[in-house]
Amino acid sequence: MAQVGISMKYTFLEYFRSRRFLIMLIITLLIAALLTIIVAWRRPEGFLVSNLGFYSSWWGTSVTFVIILSGIFFGGDAISGEFQNKTGYFGIPNPIRRSSIYVGKWLSAFFAATAILVVFTAITIGNGVYYFGSSGVPYQFGWSLLFAWFYLAAVMGFTFFFSSLFKSSSISILVTVILFLFGFTLIQTLVSDLVQTEPWFVLTYGAGIIGNILSATFPPHSSVVSQSFGPRTITTTVFNATVPEGLAIIGTYFIITAILGLILFERKEFN
Amino acid sequence: MSSLYKLGRYVFTGDNGMPLSDVPSIEAVNLSKRFGSFVAVSELNLKIEGAKCVGFLGPNGAGKTTTLKMFTDLIRASSGEALINGINVHTNKKAALASVAALIETPEIYPSLTPREALRMIAEIRGVPATERNKRIEEAVSEVHMEEWIDKRVGRFSKGMKQRICIASALLSDPCILLLDEPTNGLDPRGMSEVRGIVKSLRGKKRLIFMSSHILSEVSEVCDEVAMIDHGKLIVYDTISNVTAKFSGGASMVEVGLQRPIDAQLVTRNIAKLSGVVSAEQIDDRNLRIRFSGGLDVQERILSDLVKLNIGVISFRAASSELEDAYLKLITATL
Repeated sequence: MAQVGISMKYTFLEYFRSRRFLIMLIITLLIAALLTIIVAWRRPEGFLVSNLGFYSSWWGTSVTFVIILSGIFFGGDAISGEFQNKTGYFGIPNPIRRSSIYVGKWLSAFFAATAILVVFTAITIGNGVYYFGSSGVPYQFGWSLLFAWFYLAAVMGFTFFFSSLFKSSSISILVTVILFLFGFTLIQTLVSDLVQTEPWFVLTYGAGIIGNILSATFPPHSSVVSQSFGPRTITTTVFNATVPEGLAIIGTYFIITAILGLILFERKEFN
Repeated sequence: MSSLYKLGRYVFTGDNGMPLSDVPSIEAVNLSKRFGSFVAVSELNLKIEGAKCVGFLGPNGAGKTTTLKMFTDLIRASSGEALINGINVHTNKKAALASVAALIETPEIYPSLTPREALRMIAEIRGVPATERNKRIEEAVSEVHMEEWIDKRVGRFSKGMKQRICIASALLSDPCILLLDEPTNGLDPRGMSEVRGIVKSLRGKKRLIFMSSHILSEVSEVCDEVAMIDHGKLIVYDTISNVTAKFSGGASMVEVGLQRPIDAQLVTRNIAKLSGVVSAEQIDDRNLRIRFSGGLDVQERILSDLVKLNIGVISFRAASSELEDAYLKLITATL
């Protein structure tokens, strides 16, 4: 455990010194500032009709983006950088287990991203309190925050997995970005809309519970939607993960990717 | 068996915590490494024991760095074992490397850290007591002459400066065993000389140093023994004097520098026939190479005789190419 702490401490120090944390914090503040200005200026109905609607519109649409960005920022090159930049040659030939290095790096990335999440949460609540008062924070927001934190763990597991899989930092970051920002969404849409099958194997599908818990009534597990395009009517099935299902998907992704990433790092060679 | 950090040194202990031995050792047992169909190291068997400096020589791609990487968990052996003080590096890395400091290739240090921070990280990993850390770090940094850079970020350092910090990291915990992979690589001539000085000083402190190098004069200067490897196989492991004697037919060699050109006939008629001289040849008109059989007494007498010949002797030194000759003969033989 002491060695995990050492790995964690110096990874944290590196985040602060390299301004990585600062840059992510600025990006988060910019996202929050943009939302704050838009809501204050345009006063969109969806945001201001009810307190639940506010948190659903504000938090539900943006927090997953902040989480994915944090995962990429802190985890994207955490392991691959050790190979590409040759920093592994400095730390590995010492009496420290690779698993201690991995876990230490993972925890520091997770806690750094958690700090970012806390900042975004504080700004969200600050705005919510401004419009609906301190009693206007719905209990569902607490659940959503908890789910978001679990999702962060799964995203971090995934970024560390890709970081362990590739020796090039840019490739590991690029694959993570493509998968989270486009890949998962595309697979989810294709599977549910075209094949009419529940995309239970897609992480972002499970993460849908972060936003759905903020709905006045939790969306049904599946519903058939018919849309008319001229003479033609297209029927699609819309799937929503239930809370237990969403948690199971997020938990499974976290466990599998964290273990696979660790195994890959244990076996990876510096050559 | 495990190791215990005690009074600033590692001692090897058994399961009951009692010290086993003070003799450091590294051992390759049928150690092999394959990268696909390419065999980098082939059933290497080598045991090095005791406080000494062993040079690890071989041409590019011979398997030197691969071997050192297997001893430091940077890569895994395809088969066989890498043992340090009898402990398998692969199965019990923490205990095996507890008494080892290694410098493999040219490691990069996290660019945003200062040498003090980077070295503190290593000191913490190696279990240097908190009360001693600062003192140790400053001593190690002082030894590599980087005091004025100790609180500057590593990202601004040249390759040579980083190499010095890496050497300082190897000195931090007073290790029993040092594994060095071309430690002077990337250093300027002054830095190379300083590193050789450090290695020499460490040799005198009951440490086992296993050092790969391409610079044969460097190995001659700082090492007691030499292990040569080619195509992943060990060719020879012996003392430098035995290896060089074996390949020079038991003769030693000196190079003589002259103030003025020498007549070729004088070399063949007079110098080649001096007592103890096996052969004498001109390198150019002002330099000679003399092979002789015998020890330092013979060497002294030859020098005296040369001076008496009044040929303008201005230098007389053991030829550094002895090891090179042996190396070339051995390596050529395996091609």
